[in-house]
Amino acid sequence: MAVVFEKPKSMADVTMHYCPGCTHGIIHRLVCEVIDEMGIEGDTIGICPVGCSVMAYDYFNCDMIEAAHGRAPAVATGVKRTNPDKFVFTYQGDGDLAAIGTAETVHAATRGENIVVIFVNNTTYGMTGGQMAPTTLPGQVTQTTPYGRDPKLAGYPIRVCEMLATLRGTALAQRVAVNTVPRIKEAKKAIRKAFENQRDKKGFSIVEVLSTCPTNWGLSPVDALKRLEDDMIPYYPLGVYKDADAFSEKEGE
Amino acid sequence: MERNLMKGNEALAEAAIRAGCKCFFGYPITPQTEISAYLSKRFQKEGGIFLQAESEIAAINMVLGAASTGVRAMTSSSSPGISLKSEGISYIAGSDLPCVIINVQRGGPGLGGIQPSQADYWQATKALGHGDFQLLVYAPCSVQEMVDTVTKAFDLADEYRMPAMILADGLLGQMMEPVTFPEKKESFKDKPWAANGHGGKREHNIINSLYLQPDVLENSVKARFERYEDIKAKYAEAEMYLTDDADIIVTAYGATARVAKSAVNMAREQGIKAGLIRPITLWPFPVKEYQKAAETAKLFLCTEMSMGQMIDDVKLAINCSKPVEFYGRTGGVIPKPSEIFEEIKKYNGGAK
Repeated sequence: MAVVFEKPKSMADVTMHYCPGCTHGIIHRLVCEVIDEMGIEGDTIGICPVGCSVMAYDYFNCDMIEAAHGRAPAVATGVKRTNPDKFVFTYQGDGDLAAIGTAETVHAATRGENIVVIFVNNTTYGMTGGQMAPTTLPGQVTQTTPYGRDPKLAGYPIRVCEMLATLRGTALAQRVAVNTVPRIKEAKKAIRKAFENQRDKKGFSIVEVLSTCPTNWGLSPVDALKRLEDDMIPYYPLGVYKDADAFSEKEGE
Repeated sequence: MERNLMKGNEALAEAAIRAGCKCFFGYPITPQTEISAYLSKRFQKEGGIFLQAESEIAAINMVLGAASTGVRAMTSSSSPGISLKSEGISYIAGSDLPCVIINVQRGGPGLGGIQPSQADYWQATKALGHGDFQLLVYAPCSVQEMVDTVTKAFDLADEYRMPAMILADGLLGQMMEPVTFPEKKESFKDKPWAANGHGGKREHNIINSLYLQPDVLENSVKARFERYEDIKAKYAEAEMYLTDDADIIVTAYGATARVAKSAVNMAREQGIKAGLIRPITLWPFPVKEYQKAAETAKLFLCTEMSMGQMIDDVKLAINCSKPVEFYGRTGGVIPKPSEIFEEIKKYNGGAK
């Protein structure tokens, strides 16, 4: 019988711990498909964050390193600088990347570190039970914004791709989503481009993936996908915010 | 052998290159910045990696990343910066990674001062981060010994897969002395655990400190502590100076030990039987050397550039079998030999 669909080779054959309806599994798969297609599993080192994907080191078959909360871009820098011909990616959530790890993120980008950052934005701290994240939308109810996020008290969300696109060291800053099949295909293309940028030594590439958290949002998986579409995308528009060679001499500065 | 007149900090940096250190990640802080300056110059020419990080926190995590791939990596800082690195040091210990961390101590707490101090003893030996773990801690007292201990620190860190610290101070970092260096190390212990790309030739390696099952975590910590016992048995080091017949044992490490040795010599000239125990390793602490001295000595005098931190370990080492007195200066004040000599005279003849 012809095989028409199978698990990517670089994806471990284990049961994941993610909640029903969570889109981490899709995003893991997209990364693995790109690694398989480029044939780089043996040359890839992944860095996991603290958060829901803390145990991702068990889900990827390439070498993996577990970082402290927010420090994945610094760990990736240490790996990449000592192994410039290997592929290095971090996989980070919104609290990890845009709160506790803001300095590491911004400086890895501005240095033009040749790494790939997969940034999963679900507007909440999932692993700790749904507290306010730096990307929590105004009005959004979380465990620590029980009356909805009030910008007068808790400030405004950070639009990470827009911010990092201002930095010369950023090669790619693209926001994608995984709530529909065409968008999943688009997300995979962006991830592929990020890895190709690394191969071509173009600089820092970040793919922000809008994701869902049905458990902490208190929604069914289907309603969660709808919220992503109706509430998240208007605040976090999809698209390419920067696409350049960070080290090309053309971009004057 | 070629002898060079060198500043302590620069000698530390050159010693790291000779020990096969491939990369350095640091952040500027007085009084250790010459280490960064020296390595930025050398590594750029010789193909090593020097990177000035955005923070101490990032620097230690870059060390974690580089060490994960099996290369010899180092960072250095001074007291307030070491506090920032403590998170990363705990992760490095929990991930069983080797690296070398230099602390050129300055006065504290808080921003403190920039003059020499030894007030980070407790931090280095008891609590450099959360969780059950130890670092190897070397306490050199001369520029030459800084070179020698850097070499040992890299080798033992690799051997036992754990972080090692050189606990120096602003005096040692800034002073100049003649020094000789070992040949550059070219061959290293295999690191089959390294996460540097499996190349399709082995199972994937995972560098990690997370264990959600309590019994699994407990076992991993216990296994680490078994290795610590081995280190304690084999690698505790101390210099014993005129201790065989001493009534009063002065004890000090690092720069203070140089001052204390002068005081011991002054006492001997006056016919007072004084000696010196100078720990070279602070962890493991040279317990046996103290126990041996306690068999004959009448009193111990611990001197430090702090309010008294190592004194706890001295008391524990001899099980409080003899009086242990203390003399210290802190905040960046260096004790004079005459001050310690006065203390020796005060206690001469036994406890007060």
